[in-house]
Amino acid sequence: MATEFHNLQELRHSASLANKVFVQRDYSEGTTCKFQTKFPSELESRIERTLFEDTVKTLNNYYAEAEKIGGQSYLEGCLACATAYLIFLCMETRYEKVLKKIAKYIQEQNEKVYAPRGLLITDPIERGMRVIEISIYEDRGSSGSSSGSSSVSGSTAR
Amino acid sequence: MMKNCEYQQIDPRALSVSPASAPQSPAETTAQRSRRKWEVFPGRNRFFCDGRIILASQSGVLPLTLGLIVVTCGLFFAFDCPFLVEHLTAFIPVIAAVLFVFVVISLLRTSFTDPGILPRATPDEAADIEKQIDTSGSSTYRPPPRTKEILINQQVVKLKYCFTCKMFRPPRTSHCSLCDNCVERFDHHCPWVGNCVGKRNYRFFYSFIISLSFLTSFIFGCVITHITLRSQAGKSLVQAVQESPASVVELVICFFSIWSILGLSGFHTYLVASNLTTNEDIKGSWSSKRGAEESGNPHSYNSIITNCCATLCGPMPPSLIDRRGVLPPDEAISAASASEIELPLFTAKNDAHMCTQSTKDVLERMVHSSDFHGLCPPGTPKTTPLGLDDSGTPAPSAEPSPSAGCSQQRGRQSVAAPCLALSRSSKRDSMHSINPAFRLASPSPSLSRTSFILGEAPDISFIPLP
Repeated sequence: MATEFHNLQELRHSASLANKVFVQRDYSEGTTCKFQTKFPSELESRIERTLFEDTVKTLNNYYAEAEKIGGQSYLEGCLACATAYLIFLCMETRYEKVLKKIAKYIQEQNEKVYAPRGLLITDPIERGMRVIEISIYEDRGSSGSSSGSSSVSGSTAR
Repeated sequence: MMKNCEYQQIDPRALSVSPASAPQSPAETTAQRSRRKWEVFPGRNRFFCDGRIILASQSGVLPLTLGLIVVTCGLFFAFDCPFLVEHLTAFIPVIAAVLFVFVVISLLRTSFTDPGILPRATPDEAADIEKQIDTSGSSTYRPPPRTKEILINQQVVKLKYCFTCKMFRPPRTSHCSLCDNCVERFDHHCPWVGNCVGKRNYRFFYSFIISLSFLTSFIFGCVITHITLRSQAGKSLVQAVQESPASVVELVICFFSIWSILGLSGFHTYLVASNLTTNEDIKGSWSSKRGAEESGNPHSYNSIITNCCATLCGPMPPSLIDRRGVLPPDEAISAASASEIELPLFTAKNDAHMCTQSTKDVLERMVHSSDFHGLCPPGTPKTTPLGLDDSGTPAPSAEPSPSAGCSQQRGRQSVAAPCLALSRSSKRDSMHSINPAFRLASPSPSLSRTSFILGEAPDISFIPLP
C-alpha cells in the first residue's frame, strides 16, 4: 500500500510511526564507517531496492571521503600538531565539512525519495554512527488496516 | 462573622480543574528551561562550561600531574635559568618555555576532549537487536548470545554485546567501567590525565607523553649542567647544591619521572607503529596464542609509516555524543524522570519487553557476582609497566587508585604491583552502574535461566547454535 505524502511536515503531522528499520554497520573493511547495503525485508513493499542501495552507497562514499587518509589529512594533522592542536578551535575539520554535506544529502533524499513513500531516514550521526534508522510511517487515515498488518508482521518476526 | 475569617474559602471548582493542569506544569517548566543533552548524559562524566568541557567522573590525579609539571618548571625558571643564561645561552629558557606550553596544552586537550564515547543505543535500537538475536525462536530458554562473529579483512573477529549500552560493540571498542561508557578504539583509562584515552584523544595523549619526555630530559640535563658548572668554579659539590637547593628537588622529580615516562613513550611508539591499542596488547587479542589462523592485527596497514600516520595524523572524527545539543521537550521529560531513577534512557514504549530485559540483567548480575569472587587474575601482562582497567569491574573496586591506570609513577610505587592489582578478567560488561533496586522490582517471568552459566571466562564465547 503506497501512502502518499507531499512533504515532510505533512508526513510528521498526519502519520503515525509504525516501525523502525535499522541498517547496521559493515565492518568487513575495518573500523571505517560503512553501512551494509543489504535491503531490509520490511522495506520491500515501500521502496525500490535500487533507490535504497543508491542512498546507502552514496552515504558510504561520503564517509569514505571523510575518513580518507591521504595528503590533505596528513597536512591537517601536521598543522594541528605544530600549533599544539589549538587550530581545531578555529578551523573546521574536513570530517565536519563532509558531515554537513551528508546532512544536506539526507535531507534532500528524505524530501525527494523517502517522504513520498512514507519513510524517513535519520542521520547516522544522531545515532552514534552505528545505524541508519529508517522510520516507517503509516497514514493515520488508513491506520486501522495497515498498522494492524504491521503489528502482525512484527509479532511473527519475534 | 464568617467574613472575618483570615483564610480564603476554597473554590471546589478550582480543585477539580487543578489535577488536569498539574501535568502541564512540568512540561511548561521543562520547555521554558530547555535542557541540553549533556545534562541527561547517562555515563559517569562531568561537564563544564555548559557542555563544552568533558571530564571523567573522578579527576584522578590530574591536579597532581599539572602541579608537578608547573612546580618543576617554575623552580627551573626561577633558580636554574638565571645561572644558565649567564653561563651558557639564552635559548635554554626559550626551549623550556616552548616545551612547557606544549606539554600543558596537550595535557589539557587529552583531559578535556571526548575520547570517542559511543552514545547508548536508543530503546528502539536495543529492541531491534534483541529481536534479531531471538529470531531463531524463543521456545528454548537459551540466553541471548553475547558475541557476534564478523569478518574484518578476512579475519574472524568477535564483537561483544555491551549490556550497559545495549548494543554490540564495534571492533576495538571497549567499555570503561570508571566512566561507564563505551569508548571507540579504547586504549586505557589514565588517572594521571583524568580521562579515558581513546580514538579522539590518543594523538593528544601521545604528544603529551612525547613532549613530557623531552621536557623532563631537558630539565634534567640542564640541572645537571647547572650543578656541574657551579661545582667546577672552585667549589665542592655540596656547596653548589646548598647554593641552589631547588635544583635537587627538580633532580629528584625528573629522575623518577624519566624512567616511567620514557618507558611509556617507547611503549606507545611501538603501539602506534603497529596500530595496536594498550587494551589489545595486554589482552593479546592479536597474538598467535589461539592458533596460527588468528594471528595478525587486521587493523594494521603492515607498514610502520602508514600506521603512524593513520593513528596520529588521520582525520579527526567528530564527537558522537553531541553534548551541547538541545533536548526536544518530550525526550527531556522522559529523560528527567528516568535520570531520577538512575536508569539509561528508557521510555515506556514496550514495558513488557523491558521487564524481560531487565530481569535477564538481574539474573546475569546474580551469576556474575557469584562468579567474580572465584576468579583468579590472569598472569601479568606481556608488556610492563602498564596495567589497565577497562571493562566490568564492579563499582566498589573501581577506585581511582594510581594502580588502576598507566603507571606514570613519579615515585614510590613499584611498577609490577599495578599490573597484578588489576589483571582481573577484563572481559566483563559493567552492569554495576545501574541502580539494582529498580531491576529487582520488576517481575521475573522464569527462573530457569539461572541454570545456565552466564559468566564469561576469557576464552569462552557463546556462539549461537544453528
